[in-house]
Amino acid sequence: MAGLEDLYREIILDHYRSPRNRGELPTPPAVRAEGHNPLCGDEITVFIDVDDSEGEGVVRDVKVSGQGCSISQSSASMMSQAVIGKSVPEVLAVVKRFKGMMSLDTGNDDDTGADEPTIGTGGDGAEHPLGDLEALQGVVKFPVRIKCATLAWNTLLEALDQ
Amino acid sequence: MSTTDRSLAPDRTDWTTVRSDFPFLERRIDGQPVIYLDSANTSQKPRQVIDAMSTFMATGYAPINRSAYRMAGEATDAYENARRAVARFVNAPSADEIIFTKNATESINLVATAWGRQNLGEGDVVVLTHMEHHANIVPWHMLAAERGIELRWVPLTADGQLDLTDLDRLLDGAKMFSFTAMSNVLGTLPPVEHLCTAAHAAGAVAFVDACQFVPHNATDVQAWGADLVAFSSHKMCGPSGIGLLWGRMELLDSMPPFIGGGNMIDDVRLDGFTTAPVPAKYEAGTPPIVEAIGLGAAVEYLEAIGMDEVRRHEMELTRYALDTLVGRYGHDITIHGPTNLEVRGGVLSFAFRDIHPHDVSQVLDERNICVRAGHHCAKPLMRLLGANATARASFYLYNTTDDVDALADALDGATDIFGL
Ligand SMILES: Cc1ncc(COP(=O)(O)O)c(C=O)c1O
Repeated sequence: MAGLEDLYREIILDHYRSPRNRGELPTPPAVRAEGHNPLCGDEITVFIDVDDSEGEGVVRDVKVSGQGCSISQSSASMMSQAVIGKSVPEVLAVVKRFKGMMSLDTGNDDDTGADEPTIGTGGDGAEHPLGDLEALQGVVKFPVRIKCATLAWNTLLEALDQ
Repeated sequence: MSTTDRSLAPDRTDWTTVRSDFPFLERRIDGQPVIYLDSANTSQKPRQVIDAMSTFMATGYAPINRSAYRMAGEATDAYENARRAVARFVNAPSADEIIFTKNATESINLVATAWGRQNLGEGDVVVLTHMEHHANIVPWHMLAAERGIELRWVPLTADGQLDLTDLDRLLDGAKMFSFTAMSNVLGTLPPVEHLCTAAHAAGAVAFVDACQFVPHNATDVQAWGADLVAFSSHKMCGPSGIGLLWGRMELLDSMPPFIGGGNMIDDVRLDGFTTAPVPAKYEAGTPPIVEAIGLGAAVEYLEAIGMDEVRRHEMELTRYALDTLVGRYGHDITIHGPTNLEVRGGVLSFAFRDIHPHDVSQVLDERNICVRAGHHCAKPLMRLLGANATARASFYLYNTTDDVDALADALDGATDIFGL
């Protein structure tokens, strides 16, 4: 059986206690999207500011507000770190990789970052594209919490759609 | 021990024996027992109910109300016996006034739809309270969207009781007052009889959502003076898949049908149909036959113990839980709802330190302790409490003070992890 230490890794608790990029952005230029977890009532708002001035668009800033459990809050915090400064196609690739990690079926096309977890600041994107986010791998062993971990990401996708 | 033995037992119930009637509670996970504190959500089932259903499925199963052979007659009798048992259980004047639905939600939708469409138009007023379950909110919102009725809300006091100061003004001109007999979040037990009297004084129909009340208290729909009462089998030791609506015959007679189909008709022609008498009028299609048998067994099981005994046991557990948790954690735990146990049932929604209820329940789950974490299908009430979610422990006849102690001990584990 998976123990709580698989779920509540130190890095997750750190992001939970000191969430990065909390707050709001003025809309416009930013767009906002709200996400709800209908099971538990968690609510999250993602603000994303994309610089469209040249070509494919680059994420200038992301802020997150709302309330939630340690998993949804830390995932949101890590998500904000993982996408700031990335181009939209890069962001979509990270989202895909993250959701792959959160899916129960194995053998997806996104094994690249998951085989060698890096704990720490990570995040330069090359060898360990998911950086800190890999600490969330343990969530898969607690299926009812997967929705908590993916809430911020689905909300991000909604914001990007706008 | 059979239920008949128990009815001969002295008035103090042996709760350890009661507990041993529930196979689920014998389950071990990693060698550890299961501590089930989620009965406000849905209750566990005693062996008597499980056996009644499997025996009926194995040797008694046949259609009801449709065929002339003996086995079909026996099945029909068994189904109707369950209706009689439920009527007796809530002191309904006649078994024909008990309607089998799918769950309490469907019972409320039946009333909102059938009664609502017949009696409500633009500007008509329905009064609800701030502590309703979504099941007693959304059907009325749907009606409001469809025909422009006005919804009014009875507010709450700081300790989670109904604030009745302005009740008469709220009810003035109302056609329907629909309210819970026990809050699934706060455990509050409002003064149902008083509310029914107030509804009638204003000329409104009194509809009681007794989903949380009936499983835990002796119920007398006539003493309440209610017009309609909804409740669910799965919260009272019976199976899921069957719910109940009691109504005064005169009212049930006058309402149009809800779902159309077989069994609910008297005659069908190319140019129309006529309805069967109540209760068949509201039971279209093949009903939950096996579930009715199980529900009948659940009622007999609870009757043998006695609902006053069940209520007394749960009051003791609730008192013990309040004393233990507050004694141990003081201001670190906030338990919502009234502290006077005369007006509170065995439901404890709480906030623990600053730890999110999801995380609290995760830590409890590690010790096989089952509590609900979330909004409990009562989002308007949660907004009033200023919380997105709470953790909720709820008690039933099979719980013991050991369960409370286990809960109290396990909460320490949450502190260890979150270090607050
Ligand atoms: C007060 C109250 N009303 C209605 C319901 C809905 O019951 P069901 O889910 O059986 O339809 C519930 C169930 O949680 C409840 O607690």
